[in-house]
Amino acid sequence: MAKRIDVSGLSAFYGAHKAIDDISMTVEPRSVTAFIGPSGCGKSTFLRTLNRMHEVTPGGRVEGKVMLDDENLYGPGVDPVSVRRTVGMVFQRPNPFPTMSIYENVAAGIRLNGDRVRKSDMDAIVERSLQGANLWKEVKDRLNKPGAGLSGGQQQRLCIARAIAVEPQVLLMDEPCSALDPISTLAIEDLIGELKERFTIVIVTHNMQQAARVSDRTAFFNLAGVGRPGKLIEIDDTERIFSNPSVQATEDYISGRFG
Amino acid sequence: MEISSATADSPPPPAGGPATEARTKSATRPGDRVFLAFSRGSGILLLVIMAAIAVFLTVRATSALSKNEGNFFTTFEWTANGTPPVFGIAVLAFGTVVSSVIAMLIAVPVAIGIALFISHYAPRRLAAPLSYVIDLLAAVPSIVYGLWGALFLVPHLGGLYSWFDDYLGWTGILAYHDGAARSLFTIGILLAIMILPIVTSVSREVFLQTPKMNEEAALALGATRWEVIRMAVLPFGRSGVISASMLGLGRALGETMAVATVLSPGFEIGKSLLDPGGGTFAQNIASSFKESGEIGKDALIASGLVLFVLTLLVNGAARLIIARRKEYTA
Repeated sequence: MAKRIDVSGLSAFYGAHKAIDDISMTVEPRSVTAFIGPSGCGKSTFLRTLNRMHEVTPGGRVEGKVMLDDENLYGPGVDPVSVRRTVGMVFQRPNPFPTMSIYENVAAGIRLNGDRVRKSDMDAIVERSLQGANLWKEVKDRLNKPGAGLSGGQQQRLCIARAIAVEPQVLLMDEPCSALDPISTLAIEDLIGELKERFTIVIVTHNMQQAARVSDRTAFFNLAGVGRPGKLIEIDDTERIFSNPSVQATEDYISGRFG
Repeated sequence: MEISSATADSPPPPAGGPATEARTKSATRPGDRVFLAFSRGSGILLLVIMAAIAVFLTVRATSALSKNEGNFFTTFEWTANGTPPVFGIAVLAFGTVVSSVIAMLIAVPVAIGIALFISHYAPRRLAAPLSYVIDLLAAVPSIVYGLWGALFLVPHLGGLYSWFDDYLGWTGILAYHDGAARSLFTIGILLAIMILPIVTSVSREVFLQTPKMNEEAALALGATRWEVIRMAVLPFGRSGVISASMLGLGRALGETMAVATVLSPGFEIGKSLLDPGGGTFAQNIASSFKESGEIGKDALIASGLVLFVLTLLVNGAARLIIARRKEYTA
């Protein structure tokens, strides 16, 4: 179910501009890894290289290697479409398909795979995914209502249900709580704690308390200046990063002295 | 304290009035009043013009209808200038609806295809000039299309129609009996070409406005480019494409010069769509208006009123389709 990610020498570009430079790290399976760092340091860009979404942006280009267990995502002949079916993603703003019902939203990914799924099997998958996203109780009586009619926090959990319905190996989350109120944020954080039993989770966050609360390991990114590429400063156990980091810049950022 | 009281009083109250009254009055500033009058006036003017047209059409039409010796809806004849005047719109209604439907069937799928190509497939270098050419096509006057249709399209369609006859002639409605291709089907093709630019152009704008985050949601689930279009772009653009098609249909229903140039009019409904003859409301008005007498002109106006109502119905239907799915449009 969950796979290890091994990144080596990865750089990403927007046209001629280098956004992140030479990043290497390992993300452990069945754990939560948080990316923190100031705005523009490339943590979201880096996240998007892990499911080949970066190259969707016009001019987007990647150099280096991302190994998912023993498969290089950037190897020759690897289809980005199948990569994205293995590595799911949840975005900053909840983005359920506005024209689809709650049920159809969760089923969307499975229908994409093109297999004929029996109605009863699909019902079971939808229920399991919504339960996995802690949303089932709230929506089980209105599965055929539009997904866009839910509250922001519910929509984000619907997006998580949609992402886990296809049973990915890895779940990437790009600031999943930044558009949500504190109560919904708490619900998502609890959910992340449950999901890491089954998935490898990578989360980008601007909220350092959140990183401290939900993650097992934390990676700190920084950039030397405006227009310079972002770099990975260090990655370590979350506890260590927040108590006794090995790089001074990390401590400065965490203690609020800059950034 | 000094400063805060100064800012609170900054719009000086008119002499004698307390400050609170001045504040409520300031809601209607001269600029607001002028603009309100202007926009309200424009709205009323539009309604007055619409009402005036409707009254004019109805009054003139009624006077002709009272003198009609035939059945206005079922008569296959238009001798409004004879004694007694006999005229009916059956042929015109059939020709108008059939040629427009053919035009829509051809134009809408092609237009959606072109619009998607420009918005989601073509490299930017190609998309910009292509959109420009499409917009340019929309500006060509209809008489030019008419001339092109009569001088180029008509002589070159014989081959296609013979092919139709070979394979689909058994249906009857696509049987071809040689002769000039001045039929309703030719009109349909010509109208399709004429409405293609407007439908394409509006659809392209709608597709380009698909929220990036919806497309990314589909991509991140592992959708191919076509699946992104099917999951995110087409559902989002659905109502816009319907509106675009209605704009095109409106133009097709009312098209006059191109139809009058190409069609060989005749007051019968042929068994085959490829037979010459038939007519449309607008074409009939243009062709017969000049040599019509008093009753003849009023009869043409009556047919124009039917076209007016037809257009209203089509628009109403389109609005219903859009409103039915409103719950699902973000």
